[in-house]
Amino acid sequence: MALTIEGAHGPVIHAVTSAAAGQGARPGMRLTDARTLHPELIAVPADPAGDEAALRRLARWALRWSPLVEVDGADGLRLDVGGVAHLFGGEAGLIADVEERFEALGLTLRSAVAATAGAAWALARYYDPSPLAGEGGARRAAVGGRGERELAVRLAPLPVAALRLSSPATRTLERLGLKTIGALAGIERRSLARRFREADNPLDALDRALGRKLEPLTAEPVEVPPRATLRLAEPVDHPEAGAQALNVLVPRLVAELEARKLGARTLSLAGFRVDGSVASASVATAIPSRDPAHLARLLTDKAETLDPRFGFDAFALTAEWSEPLGAAQSSLVEESTGELEVARLIDRLSVKLGPRAVRRPQARGSHLPEQASGWVGAVANGLSPLSRRGVGQRGFAVPAPLSLPPFHGSFPPPQGGEGVRKLPQRLLDQPEVIAVIYSTPEGVPRRFVWRRGVHDIARVEGPERIAPEWWRQAPGARLRDYYRVEDDVGRRYWIYREGVIGDGRGRDQQGIAPMWFLHGLFG
Amino acid sequence: MGVIRVAAALSLVAGEGAVAPFGPAAPCSPAKAGVQTGEAVGMPYRPAGCGPTLSELFAATSRDGGWTGFLLPQVNSARPLLWVQERMAVLQSGRIYPPGLPSRDLIHVEARDARGALWAMEEGLRCGALAAVIGELWGDSKVLDFTATRRLAVAAERSGVACWLVRLGGTANLSGARMRWRVASAPSLANGLDPRAPGAPAWDAELFRARGRPPGRWMLNNDSGAFDLVTEPGDRALGEGERRTA
Repeated sequence: MALTIEGAHGPVIHAVTSAAAGQGARPGMRLTDARTLHPELIAVPADPAGDEAALRRLARWALRWSPLVEVDGADGLRLDVGGVAHLFGGEAGLIADVEERFEALGLTLRSAVAATAGAAWALARYYDPSPLAGEGGARRAAVGGRGERELAVRLAPLPVAALRLSSPATRTLERLGLKTIGALAGIERRSLARRFREADNPLDALDRALGRKLEPLTAEPVEVPPRATLRLAEPVDHPEAGAQALNVLVPRLVAELEARKLGARTLSLAGFRVDGSVASASVATAIPSRDPAHLARLLTDKAETLDPRFGFDAFALTAEWSEPLGAAQSSLVEESTGELEVARLIDRLSVKLGPRAVRRPQARGSHLPEQASGWVGAVANGLSPLSRRGVGQRGFAVPAPLSLPPFHGSFPPPQGGEGVRKLPQRLLDQPEVIAVIYSTPEGVPRRFVWRRGVHDIARVEGPERIAPEWWRQAPGARLRDYYRVEDDVGRRYWIYREGVIGDGRGRDQQGIAPMWFLHGLFG
Repeated sequence: MGVIRVAAALSLVAGEGAVAPFGPAAPCSPAKAGVQTGEAVGMPYRPAGCGPTLSELFAATSRDGGWTGFLLPQVNSARPLLWVQERMAVLQSGRIYPPGLPSRDLIHVEARDARGALWAMEEGLRCGALAAVIGELWGDSKVLDFTATRRLAVAAERSGVACWLVRLGGTANLSGARMRWRVASAPSLANGLDPRAPGAPAWDAELFRARGRPPGRWMLNNDSGAFDLVTEPGDRALGEGERRTA
């Protein structure tokens, strides 16, 4: 059987089963050629996007072995197992565990552990243990040596393609007779350097594989987030398993946070299922915290929502985002308990109702009433607090927030003139169209109908004209004339007329009179 | 006499630590307010007469936002305010608009339904650092029964945080609220600068049930930030005659 993708000249083989490979089918071959060799070849269209998604899922699942997992190319996973292997009884034990669990999933894999990423890549893909004596024919994973010399010995029999070179460079080397890494390593460096001057340099690749040169990925030290894991001897499938795991995980994580003088802002709890999938839930806090009782309370509800399906066999609690927090204090605002209490309240509300439901006002630089007041999540997660569009405006850029703190008097106090306040206390998310009797073109309104109710206007103040923001709004936006009106029983509303007759904008181009909207309610 | 009755009533509403809407921030003493609080002695929570408690406020219709102006001056502005709105209330009566509100630390919660809103209110009442919890519910919800309101009342009295349960277009069924108001907008006072423009807002507020005190009905207005009693309803035209400004 073979998977095919559409090439320029018909279907091309993307991947083959071992049986098909035995019949001569190779990836990159055209399907018609393969059918010539073996007419019964079954061809199924490949799904590269699905493969990629599956690999990503697999990468998340592989977090059970290491907190740093990277999808490597289209068919590989790279795990940084530095400091991790001893948890599984050394590197050999780790490899055995990996193979056993992949086998349980029904996946075949080639795995290798080595001191450098390049060497691990090469060993995993090209190391073939079967010709070696004493291996008993069984496929065994390669465990690369520690030192450079040992590594060089291990890599020497592998073909040069194992150095992750492009195919032209590989072909050039093979044409030169340098078929193995060992042969390449025996050549004088200077003569090689003269021939290969491009980025695709076999010397570089060799150095990276042998650890003489750091790989860009490993060159940058990545801070491992605080993490606590719990491995279970037997899979558990009752729904309270997650909550019970917290009893162990939270104190462990808090101990680690304490040791590193950090306070958690975002926590994620992952439950690893026996079938290889992962269930996860995350919570965020408004201020950094490592109070076990508070964190446990936030997580408990979420933990119960994890669906065990066939059962969990491991849990991991990770502080994905943490901030510095001094050694002695369990919170930033130890002395003013009011702020702490409010922050905890926000945490609880956000966990239960969702972070978007709990918000604080934020002033923004705009004349339009609905744009002047934005909302930000009370648990500011720092990732995309301002990416939301302004309410009631379609497709316009959101004005930048003013450089004021998001609360504590971020708005200038309402300008109370004689009588009514200038701004309403309530604003409709979407201004609602009302039918208004008024004297055209710019007379004051006399009566309006809103939601089928007739309001006779007893008193009116206005207009207050708000011009469109041409630097932000779409061309053709119309001005607004706002009126503060009071109906015959004393209800006060903020209504506006959009545009004036003859301004040639918006619907006026079709000869439709300006429309009226009800926007706010006064208290 | 009407004036004294109002003073007592609004002190009760505002509670301890809140802005006394009438006059200088006089501490609410039972003797002065003339309210019997003996029943509260020995209760596990604060006496219902003086401390912050649960008040229920009925807006006549969801198209009347007047109650917002009636409620806000009674809330202490120094501490954060939790404002919970059910989604239906947002759709019907609009979302609160911070630029129009007095400057304060505000936390807004938009709950999907009445159940979520009540949960958020109760959770807020457990946090003693808030100035007040205001919750807006639309219509008559099944979950809003006597037990739910009673829970809110006990939580409010235990933590000392005033709670306002605002009912938009709901009917006054059985409730555990200590005070129940019906508030509607009234024609505003005359505007001194422009006779055609609206003046200071006024409300027709009816306290139709309160623990330990007789109910009553008053016409109030809010001029220069403090509550004024205008007149007894029906006595005189609005804005005329004596006004008690304190």
